[in-house]
Amino acid sequence: MNCEECGKRPATLHLTKIVNGEKTEYHICEQCAHEKGDVFTGFHNFSINNLLSGLLKFDPMQKNGRETATNKPLQCETCGLTYTQFSKSGRFGCSDCYTFLGDRLDPLFRRIHGNTQHSGKVPERTGGKLKIRKELEQLKQALQSHVASEEFEKAAEMRDRIRALEQKMAQS
Amino acid sequence: MSQKQFMQNPWSNWMKGEGPDSDIVISTRLRIARNLRQHPFPLLATDSQGEEVVRKVTEVSDSEAMRKRHQLQVIHMDQINPLEKRVLVEKHLVSPHLAEESRKGAVLLREDESVSIMVNEEDHIRIQVLLPGFRLNEAWEIGTKIDDIFEKNLNYAFDETRGYLTSCPTNVGTGIRASVMLHLPALVMTQQISRILQAINQVGLVVRGIYGEGSEALGNLFQLSNQVTLGMSESDILSNLYGVARQIIEQERVARTYLLEHTRVSLEDRIFRSFGILMYARTVESKEAAQRLSDVRLGIDLGIIPNVSPLVLNELLVTTQPGFLQHHAGQKLTPDQRDERRARLIRERLRVVDSQE
Repeated sequence: MNCEECGKRPATLHLTKIVNGEKTEYHICEQCAHEKGDVFTGFHNFSINNLLSGLLKFDPMQKNGRETATNKPLQCETCGLTYTQFSKSGRFGCSDCYTFLGDRLDPLFRRIHGNTQHSGKVPERTGGKLKIRKELEQLKQALQSHVASEEFEKAAEMRDRIRALEQKMAQS
Repeated sequence: MSQKQFMQNPWSNWMKGEGPDSDIVISTRLRIARNLRQHPFPLLATDSQGEEVVRKVTEVSDSEAMRKRHQLQVIHMDQINPLEKRVLVEKHLVSPHLAEESRKGAVLLREDESVSIMVNEEDHIRIQVLLPGFRLNEAWEIGTKIDDIFEKNLNYAFDETRGYLTSCPTNVGTGIRASVMLHLPALVMTQQISRILQAINQVGLVVRGIYGEGSEALGNLFQLSNQVTLGMSESDILSNLYGVARQIIEQERVARTYLLEHTRVSLEDRIFRSFGILMYARTVESKEAAQRLSDVRLGIDLGIIPNVSPLVLNELLVTTQPGFLQHHAGQKLTPDQRDERRARLIRERLRVVDSQE
């Protein structure tokens, strides 16, 4: 398809604008998009956060969220960020916003990352319990596989390590 | 190194052109985003809250544990002029956001410039490791150790479910963004690049121009990085990126061989024409410079142009940028003046090398 502006170069940018349910499509080449910058106001500053706020505005949880419409607006107690502000800017105000927004974030994370649960590095000092829990999971899996392959000495070793870790968990 | 030297010296460690696969991979970059608990993120923080974060972070960078490994110098963004900021951006040591928009922004720089730690960018701490060649694991080793030292001394914002909490939802989880800068002239010439870029988007990776988000792929340089940060472990992210980059490197090599075997004369013609223009031109625009430098670099990598070190090209890629040219001139320059200085700089550098050998 050729560019709708110059009709010469191939269209590489495809924009869909929806205003009050009315859909308009633009197919233009990059050069014309630059030249016609004013037609597509804000286009050059289009950032990942604009995209995010697009995702958030179509969040079904917000549509039927009666609490946002009738009660006082949801607001992070620490930094004062409201859900509306978040959905506009696509950024959090502080780390407590994650707690305040809680499960509402799941659809967003699923759309960005395809996932909602962290499975990487855990800080040594502040993530102690989680670290032990992960280690326990691994040890239990190892125990199972040793039992299955009848390596009972190794299995006993795993069992002792599991007990030691469980005690450590209970104490902390 | 003094603050002034960081600005004057065109050399950063990442330009050395060393390291594995350095004929195609210019540099490897790894960024780790971290935030402090109970401090508003930089976007909302007041000046005094921002200063507090800078103070806490620099305290750790002065600690014995850190000094044993890295000598870091602090540069406060509000204490340097716009041209100096631009030089730091062009050397990839700070982001445009830190240079232009952040309040109370600072950067901690290691002398060889392989480590730069941005404070109060979008997140409180962004540890960046920049190495020449294809060295993802090494970059992670360096970065994660610095992260450990900070974590011992600061209360990180971390959540068991979400991982490291960041200002933007696209960085949450591991907070790492790893990238490799690839020089892919043969894939561009053989028109295979768009097919490859499309495939990349389908495996959770993303390609950008060399100055990050929104910039174009100047001089056939492409920055390949991970998009997903939540739900994948650091080693998954790195090995995914490694595997895809490896494939692209091999494809580029195949395309280079193909061009040499099938279109040798026209390839040589193109390369020598670019070399000739750069050796003699009196004015060169930055876009043309990037393209010609890419051709010359390909010529060197294929052994078509002898006696020029690829290091000169890495250096020229940075020193022919507008900020660097103006900083060296010690004044603001019009675009025409810049084109003239750029041409002179390239001529001088290429000629020096040519006559040395």
